[in-house]
Amino acid sequence: MSDKLSLPIQPLKAKDFKSDQEVRWCPGCGDYAILAAVQSFLPELGMERERICFVSGIGCSSRFPYYLNTYGMHSIHGRAPAIATGLATSRPDLSVWVVTGDGDALSIGGNHLIHALRRNVNLKILLFNNRIYGLTKGQYSPTSETGKITKSTPYGSADAPFNPLSLVLGAEASFVARTLDSDRKHLQEVLRAAAVHQGSAFVEIYQNCPIFNDDAFEVLKSPESRDEALIRLVHGEPIVFGPEGRHCVVRNGWGLAVAETADVAESDIVVHDSTAADPSYAFALSRLSGDSLDHTPIGVFRSVRRDTYDSIVRQQVSDAQSDGAAEAELAGLLTGSDTWTIL
Amino acid sequence: MNTVRQLDRVVIRFAGDSGDGMQLTGDRFTAETAKLGNDLSTLPNFPAEIRAPAGTLPGVSSFQIHFADTDILTPGDAPGVLVAMNPAALKANLPDLPGGATIVVNSDEFTARNLKKVGYQANPLEDDSLEPYQVHAVPLTSLTIEALSNFDIGKNEAARAKNMFALGLISWLYSRPTDTTEAFISKKFAARPELAQANIAALRAGHAYGETTESFAVRYEVPPASLQPGTYRNITGNLALAYGIVAAGVRAKLPVFLGAYPITPASDILHELSRHKRFGVTTFQAEDEIAAVGAALGASYGGALGVTTSSGPGIALKSETISLAVSLELPLVIVDVQRAGPSTGLPTKTEQADLMMALYGRHGEAPIAVVAPCTPADCFDAAIEACRIAVTYRTPVMLLSDGYLANGSEPWRLPDVSALPDLTVEFASGPNHILDDGTEVFWPYKRDPETLARPWAVPGTPGLQHRIGGLEKRDGTGDISYDPANHDFMVRTRAARIDRIEVPDVVVEDPEGEADVLVLGWGSTYGPIGAACRALRQRGLHIAQAHLRHLNPMPANLAEVLAGYKRVVVPEMNLGQLSAVLRARFGVDVVAYNQVRGLPFTSQELETVLEEVVKNV
Ligand SMILES: Cc1ncc(C[n+]2csc(CCOP(=O)(O)OP(=O)(O)O)c2C)c(N)n1
Ligand code: SF4
Ligand SMILES: [Mg+2]
Repeated sequence: MSDKLSLPIQPLKAKDFKSDQEVRWCPGCGDYAILAAVQSFLPELGMERERICFVSGIGCSSRFPYYLNTYGMHSIHGRAPAIATGLATSRPDLSVWVVTGDGDALSIGGNHLIHALRRNVNLKILLFNNRIYGLTKGQYSPTSETGKITKSTPYGSADAPFNPLSLVLGAEASFVARTLDSDRKHLQEVLRAAAVHQGSAFVEIYQNCPIFNDDAFEVLKSPESRDEALIRLVHGEPIVFGPEGRHCVVRNGWGLAVAETADVAESDIVVHDSTAADPSYAFALSRLSGDSLDHTPIGVFRSVRRDTYDSIVRQQVSDAQSDGAAEAELAGLLTGSDTWTIL
Repeated sequence: MNTVRQLDRVVIRFAGDSGDGMQLTGDRFTAETAKLGNDLSTLPNFPAEIRAPAGTLPGVSSFQIHFADTDILTPGDAPGVLVAMNPAALKANLPDLPGGATIVVNSDEFTARNLKKVGYQANPLEDDSLEPYQVHAVPLTSLTIEALSNFDIGKNEAARAKNMFALGLISWLYSRPTDTTEAFISKKFAARPELAQANIAALRAGHAYGETTESFAVRYEVPPASLQPGTYRNITGNLALAYGIVAAGVRAKLPVFLGAYPITPASDILHELSRHKRFGVTTFQAEDEIAAVGAALGASYGGALGVTTSSGPGIALKSETISLAVSLELPLVIVDVQRAGPSTGLPTKTEQADLMMALYGRHGEAPIAVVAPCTPADCFDAAIEACRIAVTYRTPVMLLSDGYLANGSEPWRLPDVSALPDLTVEFASGPNHILDDGTEVFWPYKRDPETLARPWAVPGTPGLQHRIGGLEKRDGTGDISYDPANHDFMVRTRAARIDRIEVPDVVVEDPEGEADVLVLGWGSTYGPIGAACRALRQRGLHIAQAHLRHLNPMPANLAEVLAGYKRVVVPEMNLGQLSAVLRARFGVDVVAYNQVRGLPFTSQELETVLEEVVKNV
């Protein structure tokens, strides 16, 4: 189990990552698009399949590992980040990915998610956000809009939703990104950036559930509205969006706001810096989109280097073992300092 | 000149305010006694509050030691000697003292204010309420301050050394050598040599006080016990358990991964294991017990020996993940250091009420192996046994210790490390099945025909990529399966895998072979049950004793053993959990004796109970 990632002899193809299991999501489910994007992205990792492991919780999204010809564990509801923490900490030679849903990660598993991010365990966490509980057939989730009518909220949900990116930025996440199930190119770009990140990479993927929350992200997808609504973040570039770059993002009090490009000086337009040490900037970006998603940044919000929990822990162990085998010292450990002998 | 009298056994209880250093005093007295070669057993008793208000009853902390010239089984029912550092310690412990017991009190603390704090109307040292006892009122604080007057330390620091003065005095009274304590003090206060010297001076002053004052007319000696030859050390249950896990990792040649969330009385295992990175032990203090067991399971999946430690409330949280481990058929060791419940209950007190939770406290049919140590030192062997079962049978194993074992101590004859069981395992490395068309494949749920264990195929192994999960899987292939017959088969197979675990037969101790009554225990009741049986036999009564280490699966000969006696008595520190299991499984009408006071049984009460059954059978 070396720290080095060994390269496959033959370059792999997307089909090499398909398992023999029949995919069982509903027709039209956004999960299909994400699966296809991931399968065709994985060869880019340049790793042998056996070095890759997907760990998921429970939910429609969490069926994901079954469909990949890698190692995989479909675990229990909300606990995948915890299980993956144990795996990634003890196995630096693996590339460990977590697949989770909005209920799985933000409701039952909220505690594990924030602590994995705080520790910066070397995990890639893909949260499929469909703003609904899919597998249990359509109850509202922690990302559903206030007032949403669902099976369990016939009079409208009274809960205020989480903004997942605001949440994980508060949890000290070192890599935070958002992408869309339907935009394969963008999705793969984000995966690429996440894959090379050292530490926890959190990727929110807006995912359509045609059965229980159809068109939840339509404003970001339909040709009529998407140009107005989508803000594509590019590191080092001024944040402008809309037809002919009509809109832009400027500083506003403690945060950011959308302005008309024609109305502001060029120097007032915020230049995207995903490496900003202070998470306040990425947080402000995450606040641009409200419930209605009318100004929704996608791309890498934040990507900073920070020591990872697992490498620190492994270093402590290997330092303690640096001068050779300890096994011979077991008897000494058990003996301790205060003994007596009976003849 | 004082006379020297020989005794065969002594029980001393050191009691004081939790700030008085009674645990340390007890520990040092124990080390001196061990050095002398007595057999011994100890039991600390501390308050749940970290610092209850000074001088109050809830703030009393105590440490009891039983030592003898023969082998002994318990820390003793009632102390023959009480060292009470303040009125609260006297008041809290007096009810446990038999008439004639010796009491050494720190008379300096018996001020009007302190007496009032614990509700003494009159000073018990001055009225006749302590008449039944032999009382030595010694101004421990002022004598210590006086003895340290030449040291360059503050008065408060000097006063704090009074526990060393008391230790010196009691060490003199029972003829214990103090050189190990002096060495200990020098090491402990290495950074402050003047404090080290002061504490040593206090210890010596206490010793000299005993020798020179008139008040102690007699001193005592307890000759060494003739224990089995070997090298011994003193050890608590939690330390022995932690060492057992380290040793199991070494013997299995596997890295150990401990996931834990702090909880009394299990935290010391986390503390101890976090020091042993040199032996390849990684410790993870998780955000909660669910993450702790989850990470341990994730590490097991990756090929480590995954362990999680907790107490009842935490084990309840782990339940869902343990069921996942049952379904994944991966090794996992779960340590439950039981404490008195339900809920927070009496967190520093002992109980055996998690047995049913260990056996059945999961959803679905989710049997796991359950192992229980019976003495503090036995925690070492029981931990190795739990790890052996986990890695051999690829199953979760619950190790049921308790607060009494965790903090109690006894001499431990050091094992020969090379003779510890070999726990090496083989990971799967290639295909294990040939399809009808001749293709070689890997089936994650193809079992070993003997043990029914499935292969342990760790991520990273070329060609063995496979997916596992909590959904029911087809036997062999491991593919998701909703087939009713397959589910029935898998449930039964998972149960059979546990039932087939090889465990040693239960051994019955019945020296004369004439007993009609069997007393059957499990866990930490071994000591008091054994002591009660000895006492009965000395009085010419016949009783057989057996103790269960393996609670699931149970020993193959247990049914036969139970059938061989007219009466079976089962004492437990719960409301009859093992009794209920025995009735259900074996149809025997056992006599249950139960107590849930948060304290271990006294051998005296068990003697009375057992005598009653033996005489009426
Ligand atoms: C302990 C536990 N509680 C409840 C459930 C039921 N359950 C399964 S998935 C799910 C919600 C899934 O929602 P989400 O995470 O958003 O995933 P999606 O199906 O939408 O992809 C729930 C409540 C469960 N499996 N386990
Ligand atoms: S319920 Fe929704 S999320 Fe689940 S598979 Fe069907 S479409 Fe996809
Ligand atoms: Mg969802």
